[in-house]
Amino acid sequence: MTEEKTHHPEPSYLVNTGKYKGLMSWLTSTDHKRIGIMYMYAMMVFFIVGVLLGEIMRLELFRPGQQFYGPQTYNGLFTIHGIIMIFTVVIPGLAAVFGNFSMPIMIGAKDVAFPRLNLFSFYLYILGAGIALTSQFLGNGPPDTGWTFYAPYSIQTHTNVVAAVFGAFVLGFSSILTGLNFIVTMHRMRAPGMTFFKMPLFPWSLYATAWIQVLATPIVGITLLMVVAERWFRIGFFDPSLGGDPVLYQHLFWIYSHPAVYIMILPAMGVITEIIPTFAQRKVFGYKAIAVSSLAIALVGYFVWAHHMYTSGMSPTARWIFSLLTFLVAVPSAIKVFNWVTTMYRGSIDLKPPFLFALGFIFLFMIGGMTGLTLGALATNVHVHDTAYVVAHFHYIVFGGVGFAFFAAIHYWYPKMFGRMYNFKRANWAFGFLFIGFNLLYFPQFIIGIQGMPRRYFDYLPQFTLGMQLSFFGGILLLIGIILMLTNLFSKKGAKAPDNPWGGRTYEWTIPSPPPLENFEVMPVMGPDETPYDYK
Amino acid sequence: MEHRDDMGAKLGMWVFIFTEILLFGGLFLVYAVMRGRYSADFHSAAHHLNAFIGTINTLVLLVSSATVAMSITAVQKGDKRLAVVLLFLTLVCAAVFMVNKYFEWGHKFQIGLYPGSDLMLTMNHGQVMFFSLYFFMTGLHMFHLVVGGIILTIAMIKVNRGTINSTRYVLLENGGLYWHLVDLIWIFLFPLLYLIT
Repeated sequence: MTEEKTHHPEPSYLVNTGKYKGLMSWLTSTDHKRIGIMYMYAMMVFFIVGVLLGEIMRLELFRPGQQFYGPQTYNGLFTIHGIIMIFTVVIPGLAAVFGNFSMPIMIGAKDVAFPRLNLFSFYLYILGAGIALTSQFLGNGPPDTGWTFYAPYSIQTHTNVVAAVFGAFVLGFSSILTGLNFIVTMHRMRAPGMTFFKMPLFPWSLYATAWIQVLATPIVGITLLMVVAERWFRIGFFDPSLGGDPVLYQHLFWIYSHPAVYIMILPAMGVITEIIPTFAQRKVFGYKAIAVSSLAIALVGYFVWAHHMYTSGMSPTARWIFSLLTFLVAVPSAIKVFNWVTTMYRGSIDLKPPFLFALGFIFLFMIGGMTGLTLGALATNVHVHDTAYVVAHFHYIVFGGVGFAFFAAIHYWYPKMFGRMYNFKRANWAFGFLFIGFNLLYFPQFIIGIQGMPRRYFDYLPQFTLGMQLSFFGGILLLIGIILMLTNLFSKKGAKAPDNPWGGRTYEWTIPSPPPLENFEVMPVMGPDETPYDYK
Repeated sequence: MEHRDDMGAKLGMWVFIFTEILLFGGLFLVYAVMRGRYSADFHSAAHHLNAFIGTINTLVLLVSSATVAMSITAVQKGDKRLAVVLLFLTLVCAAVFMVNKYFEWGHKFQIGLYPGSDLMLTMNHGQVMFFSLYFFMTGLHMFHLVVGGIILTIAMIKVNRGTINSTRYVLLENGGLYWHLVDLIWIFLFPLLYLIT
């Protein structure tokens, strides 16, 4: 069986067959696999830039007082760090890279529903990122509002907010079109016999994500346009000195930007749901509960936005309703964690790098999730609002959660993407550095946050020095881990990968590594008694 | 070997229409908040709008929605000439709408009533909000009207060439759906802006 599978008549998607050669053959390709890979490389560049910006901030915070640069530079740094990391790395994140690469194969399709629209989304992504980055070099200096662009400061500051805001708008448009494409793909292109409840769970998580992308993103789009209009014409939607209402801005902003957290984390959960059963060598526990909990997170997650605004001025009724909903949204998230852990129970665990990263994800996501409840509770929120505690919480979710899931996904699908293996030992070392470095970097922020260290401050009181310095060293370890991981994956060619190196049970492991251009030689059909995890 | 899925294409357009509605939804939300807060100002400011031209434009858009729907039926029945004529009528309606809007906006600019103008600065905040939302919402709507017009122009050319015909007309159908969205949004804008006096 395996002997036969090593000879494939169809060339892989990595071989150029179109009219262009080299880079152009990639840039003009509408193949979902190539678009996924292009997103991955672009995102890696942005990620590295974002990480370095973060390290530069940590360097300044090594001691109290000014070390290397002034507060205005610091404000610019945390703003662009946030814009890059949020809008160009974690929001498109796993959906754009692995959703594009794996999802069509996992549902037994040749491509997404609208391949050209998919390429157009990619170019919008590049354009939006480009516009956002020009804010650093044109106009009156880098924006200093933070990635949230809160009014009234975003209206009043003289820095180049418009470019950053417009870049975010274009990136949002790209995200909408990707979501639209995925919804139609999953409705129309599943293999014959694959009903919705026979779809693998990573596509399920993308389905829930896609609906949030489509229904939440336009709200922030129009809000950002209102900010631009207000800056140009002094209208007074949001700026109180012009008669506007800043709390209205916060509502509109978080109506999107809280669901955006679920745009980030749902595909991450989906990837983990694929990895854990593969390496525990068991069927996933509670298939339907995981599928439905994705939708539940998407639905409830749409109605929790104002928990970012407990201290902004809202009626007590509104506050407790949003607090209640925030607690409710933790339930489907916890269902997933229970299912992952139960899947491992009595499994025959094969501790390969993707599984290790998945374990890291669960650990960090748990800490991030639990501390999220501290923030979602009204009484405690008032004390830790806008402190380093919040910074630690969302980095545990967004980096510890989404980031580690991203790393897990790369290590999981890398052999399928490139037809090559990587060095497991180095991958494990990289994981060690990343995991320890991450915790050392962000855990102290919880503590100094509770002790009263505000977020986004350039300077701090001497009693926070120890925490800040631990964070600095954590940042160094993290950087070493990232370098180790990337050099392991991308510096030299590993051994040739078999079609199914992990014993995965979904469609993508039945086809060659790397897959041929149209994925399947014979289009798969799912029999009435089969489940999505029967293919080996 | 061509992949073709008209149902999928239409589903895609419907999903896109959802996002468009939510895009305007943000503005409707701001409108609701501001009108709740400054209802007297909104009431008096709306007197400056010409309800007659607004009504004409509403009728024009309703007719255009009818003609675009009829053109789809004509294509389905294979009547190419009629379909082209109906699409042309739709575009004429769009042009009439734009001309009316040009005069409406032009008049306001002439008397110095536009976002960021000196006259605006002297007005009550509620009135400023009303006119700002008026320009923002009708401006965004006009942008959608132009996009819809371009799609329908392409569809008209394709009908004439025969590449849109009774066996494949999903582009025209999607263009029609989009055109109905443009119409629908105006149906909400018209009473909210013109008829609250």
